[in-house]
Amino acid sequence: MTENDKSTPSPGRRKFLGTTAAAVAVAGFSVVSGVRLVSLAEAKPADQPVSNKKRWGMLVDTSKCSSGCDACVTACNTENGLYTTDHPKTDAQWIRKIDLRNKATGWTVSLPMLCQHCANPPCVDVCPTGASFKRPDGIVLVDKHICIGCRYCMMACPYKARSFIHEALDQQVEYAPRGKGTVESCTFCVQRVDEVGKRRDPACVEACNAEGHKAMYFGDLKDANSEISQQLKKYQSKEIRADLNLDTGVRYRGI
Amino acid sequence: MKTTNYLEIEGRSAGYFGLLALLGVLVLIGLGAAYYMEHNGHWVTGMDNEIVWGMPHVFAVFLIVAASGALNVASIGTVFGKPMYKPLGRLSALLAMALLIGGLVILVLDLGRPDRLIVAMTQYNFKSIFAWNIFLYTGFLAVTAIYIWMMMERKMHRYYTRAGYVAFIWRLILTTGTGSIFGFLVARDAYDSALLPPMFIIMSFAFGLAIFLLVSMAAYRWTRRPLGDAVLFRLKNLLGVFIAAVLYFVLVYHLTNLYITGRHGIEKFILAGPTVYTPLFWIGQILMGGLLPLVILYSGLGKSRAWIGIASLLVILGGFCQLYVIIIGGQAYPLQMFPGMEVISSSFADAQPYHPYTPSIYEFLLGIGGAALSMLIVTIGIRVLRFLPTSLADADVVPQQGAGEAA
Amino acid sequence: MKYSIVLKALFVVALFGSATAGAENRVPVPHPAAGKGEHCVLPTAEMRRNHMKYILHQRKETMHEGIRTPQFSLKGCIHCHAVQGDDGKPVSIKSPKHFCNSCHTYAAVHIDCFECHASTPTETVEAKRLFQPIKLYDSKIEAPAGNK
Repeated sequence: MTENDKSTPSPGRRKFLGTTAAAVAVAGFSVVSGVRLVSLAEAKPADQPVSNKKRWGMLVDTSKCSSGCDACVTACNTENGLYTTDHPKTDAQWIRKIDLRNKATGWTVSLPMLCQHCANPPCVDVCPTGASFKRPDGIVLVDKHICIGCRYCMMACPYKARSFIHEALDQQVEYAPRGKGTVESCTFCVQRVDEVGKRRDPACVEACNAEGHKAMYFGDLKDANSEISQQLKKYQSKEIRADLNLDTGVRYRGI
Repeated sequence: MKTTNYLEIEGRSAGYFGLLALLGVLVLIGLGAAYYMEHNGHWVTGMDNEIVWGMPHVFAVFLIVAASGALNVASIGTVFGKPMYKPLGRLSALLAMALLIGGLVILVLDLGRPDRLIVAMTQYNFKSIFAWNIFLYTGFLAVTAIYIWMMMERKMHRYYTRAGYVAFIWRLILTTGTGSIFGFLVARDAYDSALLPPMFIIMSFAFGLAIFLLVSMAAYRWTRRPLGDAVLFRLKNLLGVFIAAVLYFVLVYHLTNLYITGRHGIEKFILAGPTVYTPLFWIGQILMGGLLPLVILYSGLGKSRAWIGIASLLVILGGFCQLYVIIIGGQAYPLQMFPGMEVISSSFADAQPYHPYTPSIYEFLLGIGGAALSMLIVTIGIRVLRFLPTSLADADVVPQQGAGEAA
Repeated sequence: MKYSIVLKALFVVALFGSATAGAENRVPVPHPAAGKGEHCVLPTAEMRRNHMKYILHQRKETMHEGIRTPQFSLKGCIHCHAVQGDDGKPVSIKSPKHFCNSCHTYAAVHIDCFECHASTPTETVEAKRLFQPIKLYDSKIEAPAGNK
């Protein structure tokens, strides 16, 4: 569904009201302010390959993220069919909430941690078969068809963003294939990003907005007029482990 | 020096078949363990999303590192022109191939999708050192096989030295590649060091020679062929030098990390931490794998074959501890994503002061199975082809002017 | 590609076998249920012979380039060829009645598509299962005394 955004007009964004009627069907969801309008201009025809003219990215405003809220985690699990197995120790987690405390000052902060979709991803560098790859539009994915399950990418990832599937699964959802013996991680809900005619935000962002926190922005980093670009230009933000110079697609404000 | 005669071992004794049976059973148990783990999935192992490489990788990396080191004895004869080592060349090369095969089998059987081995062989990402290693490992087997052929086939003997050089250079690159698997990991404090590849090379010298000493002593004792002190003492002195060199590299590695403030966390964790890695480092790696064998080899005890054997065994056990500390200890220390901050809660183990790991029996059995496979290949190899000189008595191997070698 | 060679080889074996075996011993030739709609995305004979090639080609394009045309989408196959079970819901790959199973069992060609992909349309999977999101389990472990 497509959500309409009536409360935060932003310049340069095209209004697309035609599909809002469908969205309203989910009562109480589409009217939540801050749920972002997605225009047809951002959608890609089904037969066109993704291009490097876009780079999908995320901004997390930690000042709006509250400790104890895991709406983004739940939404991700529901969207991508991540269900708990009988062995929670080895369950996959694509997004998780981390609470931090500054050791010197005692200041605390809460934030969601997920695949940072680096422009120079170490997981892609080390993958022997090329199963770990970055799409031209910046989304880092695992091609499970050629993943041999060596887990070298998990050794290489500085963010512990990846999970290995430790046992056979049988309750996958059709748009998020996942199975035993391969590695997986956040896909930026690529099935939503690619959705024909109506690109949608990743489930975590949608859920965060629905909760009213609006701590997460998702959009095209290469489009100077996108909300995320505007936000990034206006306010300070940081990459986690910026020392590695990975040019992450996910940035944080307030850490 | 007399001409060296090589002959297959007789291999008809009850002891020989007993050894074959024992190794065969261990290999089968290892395969069974691998099947169990693959059938159920990796949750039955001690590995999880924190410790992604476990006991099988310790065994595999140990055998692969030792493999290239085992070839060293042959290289010293060929590349460095020491005639005394030449008669040992064939066994050295056989052992190298056998150890590598054992290690690779473990590695492959621990993959999440071992059925897709063909994918690993056909699709490459050449920025990955892992992909390069696939070439380096298979190439090593080919190069070493050719080297053995040159050593064994009189007609090809004129290419023997060249083959030896190629094998020597190849093994150096191979161990550089193995060390780089860890050296290239920028994310983790325990790795990300250019010191690891040369350290792995020197480790391979020590581990490979220790295994070579044990195997040759056992083979000559059990076949009742003469093995002189001259060869043995030369080798054990060399082992001492390698042990000291490993200790030197370990010292430099930790001194470097101790100087870098950002790495104090991992150093404290390994050197004075609450986990098993601290005793494994000090008692296993340094004392048992380094200082004790040094004392044994360079004291009067080093004149005794039993003690040389014990020292070699200690080097192997110490080396195993060292790789356990490097591979698993390096992962047990959590990723440092937020300098100056501490994680107070997380659903994904970020808040753990360290990641616990208890290897399952299956991982251990798989590792043992791989090691047994290596020994099985050697045991069969010396039975069917002429790898072992009939005599390594002092009179037969002490070099003289114009000494040569013939098959 | 790989599968097609295997399939051909097995086909030859099957022909040979059928020529020698008595008619009463034959495994019955499968009659997979027809999909919804008038016809498949290509003529049936072509799909029977070459469906694996189209799916393989599509998988690369979708995975790496985000091309999501419906014609050869596996999801499309699953939706159109869903076979109803006794409970009126589509059967999963575990059932011998599953569309893919009906032929692949006969031809003894192993496919691992459904180790990862859902073998039934997702709506029904969702409806069937009681979804349990991952709980935040306590990941803290006690450090031995004196260490933190």
